[in-house]
This record gives sequence, structure tokens and C-alpha cells, in this order.
Amino acid sequence: MSTLNRRGFIKAGGALVGALLAAGLITTNAFAADFPTAKVMTTGLAVTDTTVKVGILHSATGTMAISETGSIQAEKLAIEQINASGGILGRKIEVIQEDGASDWPTFAEKAKKLLENDKVAAVMGCWTSASRKAALPVFEKDNGLLFYPTFYEGLEQSKNVFYTGQEATQQILAGLDWIAKEKKAKTFYLIGSDYIWPRTSMKIARKHIEQHLHGSVVGEEYIALGDTQFGSVINKIKLKKPDVIYAAVVGGSNVAWFKQLNAAGLNSTKQTMLTISVTEDEVLGIGGENLTGFYSAMKYFQSIDTPINKKFVAEFKKKWGDKSVIGDVTQAAYLGPWLYKAAVERAGSFDVDKVQAALPGYVLKDAPEGPVTVEKNHHLTTKLRIGQWQKDGQAKIVYTSAYIKPDPFPKGYQ
Amino acid sequence: MNAISNKLLGGKQGAIGLALLAVLVFVVLPIGVDIFRLNLVGKYLTYAFVAVSLVLLWGNGGILSLGQGIFFGLGGYGMAMFLKLEASDPISTKIQTTPGIPDFMDWNQITSLPWFWEPFKSLPLTIIAILVIPALFAYIIGFAMFKRRVGGVYFAIITQAIALILSILIVGQQGYTGGVNGITDLRTMLGWDIRTDSAKYILYYVNGGLLFACILLSRYILSSKLGMLLLAMRDKEERVRFSGYDVSNFKIFIFCVSAMISAIGGAMFILQVGFMSPSLVGIVPSIEMVIFAAVGGRMSLIGAVYGTLLVNYGKTVFSETYPELWLFLMGGLFIAVVMFFPNGLAGVYEKYAKKFKFLRKFSEVTPSKATEIAKKNDATPANDIKEIGAKA
Amino acid sequence: MFGYSMGDIGNIMVMQGFSGLSMFTVLLLMALGLAIIFGQMGVINMAHGEFMTIGAYTTVMLSKFAVQYNIVNYYFIFAIILAFVIAFAFGYFIEFIMIRHLYKRPLDTLLATWGLSLVMQQTFRSCFGAKEVSAELPEWLLGSFKPTPDIDIPINGVFVMGLALIVTAGVYIFMYRSRWGLRVRATVQNRVMAGAVGINTKKVDRVTFALGCGIAGIAGAAFTTIASTGPTTGTLYIVDSFMVVVFGGAASIMGTIASAFGIAQAQSILQFFMTSSMGKVSTLLVIVAILMVKPEGLFASKLRK
Repeated sequence: MSTLNRRGFIKAGGALVGALLAAGLITTNAFAADFPTAKVMTTGLAVTDTTVKVGILHSATGTMAISETGSIQAEKLAIEQINASGGILGRKIEVIQEDGASDWPTFAEKAKKLLENDKVAAVMGCWTSASRKAALPVFEKDNGLLFYPTFYEGLEQSKNVFYTGQEATQQILAGLDWIAKEKKAKTFYLIGSDYIWPRTSMKIARKHIEQHLHGSVVGEEYIALGDTQFGSVINKIKLKKPDVIYAAVVGGSNVAWFKQLNAAGLNSTKQTMLTISVTEDEVLGIGGENLTGFYSAMKYFQSIDTPINKKFVAEFKKKWGDKSVIGDVTQAAYLGPWLYKAAVERAGSFDVDKVQAALPGYVLKDAPEGPVTVEKNHHLTTKLRIGQWQKDGQAKIVYTSAYIKPDPFPKGYQ
Repeated sequence: MNAISNKLLGGKQGAIGLALLAVLVFVVLPIGVDIFRLNLVGKYLTYAFVAVSLVLLWGNGGILSLGQGIFFGLGGYGMAMFLKLEASDPISTKIQTTPGIPDFMDWNQITSLPWFWEPFKSLPLTIIAILVIPALFAYIIGFAMFKRRVGGVYFAIITQAIALILSILIVGQQGYTGGVNGITDLRTMLGWDIRTDSAKYILYYVNGGLLFACILLSRYILSSKLGMLLLAMRDKEERVRFSGYDVSNFKIFIFCVSAMISAIGGAMFILQVGFMSPSLVGIVPSIEMVIFAAVGGRMSLIGAVYGTLLVNYGKTVFSETYPELWLFLMGGLFIAVVMFFPNGLAGVYEKYAKKFKFLRKFSEVTPSKATEIAKKNDATPANDIKEIGAKA
Repeated sequence: MFGYSMGDIGNIMVMQGFSGLSMFTVLLLMALGLAIIFGQMGVINMAHGEFMTIGAYTTVMLSKFAVQYNIVNYYFIFAIILAFVIAFAFGYFIEFIMIRHLYKRPLDTLLATWGLSLVMQQTFRSCFGAKEVSAELPEWLLGSFKPTPDIDIPINGVFVMGLALIVTAGVYIFMYRSRWGLRVRATVQNRVMAGAVGINTKKVDRVTFALGCGIAGIAGAAFTTIASTGPTTGTLYIVDSFMVVVFGGAASIMGTIASAFGIAQAQSILQFFMTSSMGKVSTLLVIVAILMVKPEGLFASKLRK
């Protein structure tokens, strides 16, 4: 993709920027002229000759702001880069950012506002399943377009949503296979926060462990969101002595969980643990020393050693500060605007139906995680990686799977 | 005849206030804003039910419930369960393992409809449940607390704890309640698509009509002997008790009424917004709803509606432009209203009306006697900030 | 028994007993400051959790400083003291500009302090960012203490326990053995008379409130050893703290201790035998049920409005 070169260009230096912008403008105009607005947009979206409005809908306030901030940053970075490289069909992206305020009804309200009032051409947004479920009927009724970045439980496939994170089976099955083989694990203890994603994930994990790995689940536990007292749970685990703890604890509980686990003597020398809810973002709060040696199953780690990813990490840090880290969801959020750009340009139109039709089959070659393919079911075919956490808060990638096709409605796991 | 209309409308001034609000809600807003914003106004107005119920309970009864979200939520879940069952007919849920049950039950490996969902297959039973269950719940809480003369901050904290328990319970029992996600994707009521623009207009007017009915009912209660007793209890509970009244029964009654009013708001919320979430049951919304009433004026029924509209309008506007500022503003509003304007908008209006001749003229249109009654009924004295302060 | 050896079960019982105790001390630390403010002054401080967060952020900031100057092993003691001082000072200030105007309106204090908590949360978010942060802990707070090879007693739990003991003892001495405490109690019992005998009741109020906030700050500092800190961390603790205080009977410190102990043991045991979230709900339900039967709490003289 030529955009890559342009992106590299911008880094070249401040003196060049002005000239580059001017050059960009000239090409932009020429480009946009090839695609008159009346032709590329027939459904009343907010597209002009020079701009296209795109919404960002995440929680900037409330309890979820902790997690969603990274996604907002990634989306803004991607949009900035797209604009710098000429925009979409010669049109600059104008961002309208709305705050979901960690409150699901607010997500629905804001989605409605973006689609019905601002007529945005697409929305990058939502984070928790609950917020997506709340906003989804709005997107379906108003025929909007949502790029959703979080790894999630599956069991959903809407023509109005593109899921740039992994669905549950992509994240779970290969990881369990690996740990069962690598650690010769037979007994598993499942633990997660008490809501739909961990519960559905654990359901899939249990079936896989029992039917395909011929292992056994010796305990299954759900913790109220925000709970920070794990004494009793840890004692239960000590009593059962599982080979592997399989964990999906989220939010503030996560930190307490790892700290108390360590304090109770269950560190990685004594206990193998594979989690599906810890990314670099969480490590920042938990502290690398509490995680050292435990495994995470994710499609992306900041430490992926490819030139594309290194560049992405450098650009992200340049924009958002040296201390910022990039987790799985942040990277998935970064894909959203790029996928949208590709879809519009393949369709030669901003109309939602055409964009939807154009995206499946597309391969995004320069994604930081490596090439990904958009499938007919609107999910991405990706690899799964297992990272082992180091003291400095980065993961050492110990396993990379082959490409895994998304399967949001897995047969035999329901 | 005259007496009844006086009671209902609160005298001529009260009637003018109501009429102005009616013009705003039924004429100005539907003409002035597009359907998207009107739908938002409709959503705000469902919160106004709770604010009105708090005027009854807190402003006039001196009972601060931090658990009104419980009743709003019970009403909402009742309606949501009905709509969800209608949306989950066997044909549209045929990809599920068990067709015909709500999707979230299927995801949680529940294979048949739980017994307590059964009544919500019928609309009449649903409506009865929406009104009766919250009232019953309020009766149990009220009976246990007021009979033992628990009041004030203890009541506030315990209702808050109940709100917390209920929200943890709803989240924890996701197979039966939809969990954190709530009950989503509600489409039709008796085959009527509630998501169309025309349906939104109709629901908006139904909602407004119900709100006015609730205001009139509250007016009637407040201007009756019971209302007088409530005020008396709020200010000098002991004296009322020594006069031979059973204070607790009045409190329980008013708590039940306020629960029912809140529940109607909850049900209307679902119809206009299209889904239910446990986040509406918890502590935060319950407290926010108190601030709606406080901003409007904790003793003015009409003020409560204005307060709700204003705070929510502010929330929407600010969160669109400066989401970070909104919490500062909301927090500041709490503090300012409590410290400087304990009577809220209604109090400010009274003060203002007295100071400026033009407005005095306006309010003098009404005969002075009616004004007196209105004042008593609406009970928004401007100068007795200290007195109110002393009451709690 | 259930396929576990007696040794296993014995070890688990020891550790389970400890985790109950550990939860008890956490609840106690949370509730103690509140018990002083609410119990002695009748003020509902909904921003109590945010005062804890102040203490926690103080610790986190100081730990960054300590990492720079390589004094991680010693800073924690100073962090606790500093957390107390900052929270105390801020509480003093808040009492002066806000709370003292509202003493006669307890329900309104509740609303005003809720507003304060919103403002504080947003301030934290603006200053420290939305993400959760953790303090760098000294080596001696990590790991576990092993009386036998199969029993692990978390050191941070022991630390919090010790701190809770010291703070409780300090509060007790302050309230019942010092002249200040005498003044506080006199003011609570009869404000007018206390004023008449020359006690500066306004100053007593201010110091009492600030003290409660300061203890919240200590609690916040202590909690950095078991959980992380974010702008909304305080909200996680506030309802639990209130339940402990109300359950114990507002005006009695002994009551607060007893109720923290009861709630912690009940929750810890229930969570062992049930799932974790159901354990929590059951505990709360039992508390509310008991409060409905015995609204004045476990340890209090009869309370009537």
C-alpha cells in the first residue's frame, strides 16, 4: 500500500510537513474530483467534496475509561495518518467524538445521535459487549456502520458491524491446545468476572477441555465486577491444585487477583496460568512483577518483532507519549479506520450497503499484527499468539498459531 | 366541583404553571425539535416521573430514598420482559438451540422459559405487574423500616444498599435477567413496531399524558389532608404522632405511591429507548434522579419536570462537546443546589418573581387568595431556607 | 473427605481463617474513618472513597519518586504518613468550605458530598489519567510467609492487619484517652453545653472530620498493596464501608469493629462454599434483613429519628 510510504514520509521532519501538506492537498483535490459527491454518496450521509464525518464512540469518563482510552488513541492516530496520506477518496476524515460514559443506555443514545443527527458515514466504537448490545439495534435500524475492536464472546453477526477483535473460539481453542500440549495439562480451573464474555468463553473452554483435550475442569468461578477480595477463591484453587488456571478476570479486580495470587505463593514457578483478559494495558496496572511467567492468549502483543509493528509502536508513542503501551484491543481499534478506508475505496462509494459488500475478502496487508483477512461473517481471520509476561511489562511471544478462521457460532460449543 | 379543580390544579397559578408546562411538552417541543431530539426529551421525561415521585416522598414527606432506581428498574424490567418475549418468537430465534426463548437465556444454556417470565406473555398481566410489584416491594421495605421508626439517613443508606443488591443480583443471574448486557433489541408491542418515527411520536404523547396524570395525582394527594399531614410529619413528626396519627402508615402509603410513579416512568423508558440495562437500577442513577428533583425544587412538582429536563439537556450538550467537563459540572451542580439553592429552580423563580415588577404583575393576574392556596399547595416558600435546613 | 487428605483440609482451614481475618482488617480500615465522621458527627460523607483514593495516589506518586532515588524499601512508611497528612489537610479544607454549612441537614450533606466525589473523580482523571496505576512495592511486602511448606500467609495481608491494629488503637486512644477525644465526645453529646464550658465546638468538628478523612487516606495507602488505583476506585468501597458502619451501630467504634469482623467472616466463608458473587449478595442480603429487624445496628443505643 502506498499509504505506508506516505506515512513514513511524515516522520521525515517538521520542515517537510508544510510542503507535504500542500502536495497532499493538490493530489487530494485531483483525487476527489474523480469521485464527485453525488456519485459516491446517495444516502444522505455527511460526505462533502472535501470531508467525510466519522464518529468515535467510547467511554472517556466512568469506570470503562480505563480500558477504552487506548482504543480512542489508536483510532485517532489511524485517522490522522489516513488524513495525512490524502484521506478517503480524497476526503479528509472529520471526527465527531462522543462519550459513552461507561453507561450502556448512553451508548445507545450517542449512537443514535451520531447516525441520525450527524449522519456519520461510519462509527469506530463500543468496547464492552454490553455497550455493543445496547447500540446494535440502533445501527441495524438506521443502517449504520460500526467497527468494533474488542475480543468478545461471539454469538453475534450483524451486517452493520465489522468485528476487528477476535471472537471467542479464535482466542480460546488454539491457546488451550497449546497449553495442554506444552504443559501436559489435564486439570483446569476456570475463573472469570461475572458477565457474558467470561461466561461464554468459559463455556467454550469447558467443552473444548472435556471433549477434545480429554482433560477435566476442577472448578469454575465467577467474581462480581469490581470485587477485590480473592482470599477464598485462592484457597479453593489451592485445594484443587489444577494444572492450569484459565482466567478471564477484568477491570479493577484483575490487579487484586494477581497481587493476591502472588502473595498467596501461587506465582508462575508453582502455578501455570493462561489468561485471555490481560493485555499490556492491564499489565500497567497490575505490575509486571506480579505477572512474570504467566501466559496471555492474544492476537497481538506490543513486542511483535516486525518492521511494520515497530513503526506502529514508534508512531503511537510519538503521538501519545513514551509511557503509553499498546494492548490487543488498541491495535484492533487501529485497524478500524484503515479497514473503512479500504472498504470505501474498493466500493468507490460511502454508501453503507456498498461498503459492507466491498469489505469481505479484503486483506489488510500492513496491519501491525500481520496481514488479516476480512471474512464474509464480518470477522477477521487472524493468528493467535501466546505471550509470556516479563518483569518489564512486555510479553515474550512463545507461540504463534496458523491463521484461524472466525466462527462466531461454533457448532458443538453451544 | 370548584374545590376538586382547585385541588387538582392547585388554584389558578398552579393551573397556569401546568398549562405552560403542557404547552411546552405537547406543542413547543414537538414542533421545535426533530424526532431524534424529541425522542431524547421523551427519555428525559421518563426520569421526570422519578423526580415527581421524589418531590412527593422527599420534598414533602422528608423521606430521602436513594433507591428510586429500584422501582424505575422494576417497572422497566417488567415492560422489557414483555417486549423481549414478543421479540423472541420461535421463527426469529430459530438459529438458537432452544427457539422461542430470549437469546440471552439460550446463551446461558437455559432450555425453557423460567416460571416468573410466564406472566409477561400477556400485556394486561405485565401492566399489573409493573404497578403492583414495585408497590409491593415498597410496602415490604416501608413496613419494615417505618414501623420501627427508621428514617433520615438510615433509610437513605439502606435503600441504597438494596439498590446495590438488586443490581448485583441482576448482573449475577444473567441467564434469567440478561446480566450486564440487560435486555436488548426490543422491537414491537403487540405487533406494533415501536422503533418507527410515528410510534415515537405516539409514545412521546402517551408518556407526556401519563406524566401529567401523575403530577395531577400527586397534586391531589398533596392538597388533601394527607398532604398536610405529610408536611407536618416532615417538620415535626413527634407532634403528629402525639396527635394520634399513625405516622408510619402515611409514610408507607406515600412510599408505595412514589414507587408506582417511578415504575411507570421505567416502563415508558423501555418503550421509548428500546432496551433495559441493570445500570439503571444501581446506585448512581438513583442518586442522579434525586438531583433532578433538587434542581427543579424539591417541593415543586412542576419544578421537578423542569429540573429533569434541564439537567439532562445539560448532560447531553456537555457530553457532546466537553465530556470531561460534565462531571465537574454535575458535581458542582449537586454542591451548588444543596448549598445555595435548596429550593432549586422553583425557589429561584419565586425570589425573582417577587423582585421584578413585571413578573409580579404577571403573578398578580391571579387573585391573591388563589395565590395563597397555590403557595400552600406547591409549598415553595422562598425565604425559609433556614427552616427547611432545620427540618432534616 | 471428598478425596482430600486431612493435611490439605487443615492447611486450607488455616489459610481460609487468615483470608477472613484479612478481609476483616480491610473492611475495618475502610469503615473506621467513616465511623468517626458518621458516628460522631452524623455527617454522611459520600466522598469517603475518594479520600481513600487520595491516599492511594499519594502512595503511587511517592513510589515513583522512590524508584528514581532507589529507596523503594523504605518509602512505604513515609507514604502512609504523607497519605494521612494530605487527606487530613484536604478534609480540613472541605469541612471549612462546605460541610460546616450543612450540619443541620444530614440528607443534604449526602448529596453535596456525592457531588464532591464526582468532582474529585474527574480531578483524579485529569491529573493522573484514566488508566489504573500501581505502586512499586518494597521487597519485604511481597511474597508470603510459610510456617509450614503448605501454608502460605500473604505478607501484605499481615501488613494491612498490623496497620489496622495500630490505627484502631490510635483512634481508640485519641477518642477515649486524650483531651481531644474528650472534647469530641462532649460536643457530640451536647453541643451547647460543650460550647458553654469553653470547648471550641467548631474547631472540634473540623478536626474530627479531617481525622476521619486522614484515616481514609491511610486506608487508601494500605490498599495499594492489594489492589490498583484508578479515578473511580473509591466507589468500589463506599457502599461496603457504609454497610459496616450502619450494621455496627453508628455511634460505636466497638460496633464497627464487631460488624467488620462479622461481615468479613460471613462473606469469606460464603464465598468459599458458593460462587464469589453469590457469596457477596447473600452477605449483603443478610445484613439488610438484620437491619430491617434491628435498624439501630448491632451495637447502639436505641436510635430514633
